[in-house]
Amino acid sequence: MENLLITILLTSIPILLAGLGELVTEKSGVLNLGVEGMMLCGAVAALGSVLIFGNPYIGILFGAIAGILISTVFSFFTITLMTNQVATGLGLTIFATALTGLIGEPFVGKTAASLPKLEIIFLSDIPYLGKILFSNDILVYFAIFLIFFIHFGFQNTKIGIIIRAVGDNHDSAHSIGYSVKLVRWISTSFGGMCAGMGGAYIPLALTPHWSEGMTAGKGWIALALVVFASWMPIRLLIGALIFGGITILQFVAQARGWDVPSQFLNMLPYLATILALALISFKLRHNNYAPACLGKHFLGNK
Amino acid sequence: MYKNFLKIITFLSILVSPFLYTSAYAKTKVGFVYLTTPGDHGWTYAHELGKQMVKKEFGNDVEISIVENVPEGPDATRVIRELAKQGNQIIFTTSFGYMEPTLKVAKEFPNVKFEHMTGYKRTKNVATGNIRFYEGRYVQGVVAGLMTKTNKIGYIGAYPISEVIMGINAFAQGLRSVNKKATISVIWANTWYDPVKEADAAKVHIAEGADILAQHTDSPAMLQIAEKNGALGFGQSTDMGAFAPKAQLFASVNNWGPYYIKKIKQLKDGKWNTGDGPDHWAGNTWGGLSTNMLTLSNFSNMPTDVAKKAQAAHDGIKSGKLKIFAGPLTTNDGKEIIGAGKTLDDGALWGMNYYLEGVTGKVPK
Repeated sequence: MENLLITILLTSIPILLAGLGELVTEKSGVLNLGVEGMMLCGAVAALGSVLIFGNPYIGILFGAIAGILISTVFSFFTITLMTNQVATGLGLTIFATALTGLIGEPFVGKTAASLPKLEIIFLSDIPYLGKILFSNDILVYFAIFLIFFIHFGFQNTKIGIIIRAVGDNHDSAHSIGYSVKLVRWISTSFGGMCAGMGGAYIPLALTPHWSEGMTAGKGWIALALVVFASWMPIRLLIGALIFGGITILQFVAQARGWDVPSQFLNMLPYLATILALALISFKLRHNNYAPACLGKHFLGNK
Repeated sequence: MYKNFLKIITFLSILVSPFLYTSAYAKTKVGFVYLTTPGDHGWTYAHELGKQMVKKEFGNDVEISIVENVPEGPDATRVIRELAKQGNQIIFTTSFGYMEPTLKVAKEFPNVKFEHMTGYKRTKNVATGNIRFYEGRYVQGVVAGLMTKTNKIGYIGAYPISEVIMGINAFAQGLRSVNKKATISVIWANTWYDPVKEADAAKVHIAEGADILAQHTDSPAMLQIAEKNGALGFGQSTDMGAFAPKAQLFASVNNWGPYYIKKIKQLKDGKWNTGDGPDHWAGNTWGGLSTNMLTLSNFSNMPTDVAKKAQAAHDGIKSGKLKIFAGPLTTNDGKEIIGAGKTLDDGALWGMNYYLEGVTGKVPK
């Protein structure tokens, strides 16, 4: 049971990281549908750099940089050139899928070093909880830290409130002197960094390989998760654990011989995504959680 | 003067060209279609090794074209047709899913020979070749039965098709020949190659108490997870010891080279045919340990007495003395398949849609 819970936690880390990044991006009013593509870039950069330098921590760094770089392309198009965000985001994912396939070709079948587990003294000795929560690799701790960082950042810091202002009413934010475009560039880059690290986590911790399109829809789930969590970081954690749980549950059901078709279980994470989206959109009519300027262009910033 | 000179040159070249054409054709042009990039392990790499044996055997007498990363489906038809158009005389399509595309293109190019690996449909110019993978899995079962401490074996299957199911059943037969208490639980990955899913499945097996893992999928992810968690397992298609030096017990190794060489030789001698054995579901060339189309890598990470028993099982199958599917055979829900003294024939293997004793759960429909 302990091992299963750890597996579920680790499986949900990529979606959690990518989701947290996208949450910040969307809070600033930018809808970046390129999460899947940014994750792939992070994954391929992480594995490639570990193969070259041999150190998994360098993989995190390169994954993050790759995510930032590719999100910059998105920012340039949507924020500076003001192209359609939905189309650009989709384009980014399609582009990145092919690009990473090309870059990753020499890495197919190669194995990279994994992130070591860091046991926190004393805490890791707590029965049950210790092994699950305090005996993990650095990105797990980082992801959990990030949840609280973002939560308190939006509530209690000036920067957080500026980002929210830009996302909720860019004209007002502009009129009191904030650079809407700059804030959006930075938020989108932060989203790219997180998605890159989320993607990097897959080859660095889950399976030490590269295969084309290895994120297998995790980016889309992360996107849906942000809506599912109604733009709240702590709810995002719950959502990510549910999705991680369902992903692992489909294997557990088979291993235990439960009489459920595996295809049905395969379908569950996506079914849950659709349900969540439907529920949320229903709820949105009554209670507006979404940043008011989400997906809207900001025209005046002279 | 120049005009005449040009005319003479043109005339001469037209005269000579048929000879140029034929001399270029003395080389046998061979095409290969690969499912993925070969990398250095697994299914496609095993074919790549076979291709290298062809190159070594024939040297400059063959000209080999390869297309990698061809998805099973309409893209495959296009690629195979292109290879046929380029003048390849024999084309090896190296994955089960190329069956219909191969047959389709074969109809359009009656003079080109097609070799579809692991398929079962043949025509005048389409032959099939396959390996008795399940023989290696019986030996895996024997080793697993002797090595397991928890009596739980975790098996990762690609798709619930007879090819994979007969492997699971052969494994179960081997397992139960040495250990009646151990059981196999199966997780279907619904993919041939997805390191993330295979790793997830392996983690779940280990969390559920399995200490020996077996796979009918292609990536070394399962073995690496086993290595990390102190479990043991078997490699697939090629020796995967390099990925998991402490976890791999041995690997069943696919050896396609001799088959390729045989068929290209037949073509060169004008004796190519669609097979020499009796027809059955697997195709008429279905070789295993006895013909060296399947070999086992070195036994490692096990005590010598276990290795000896594994070797004995290997030798028994190779010599034909050990019949893997000899009766009495009972399904895991108690139905008798055949009684004592009888053995399942090849056709029955390709009709397997049940688990034998020793496997838990049901075959998904």
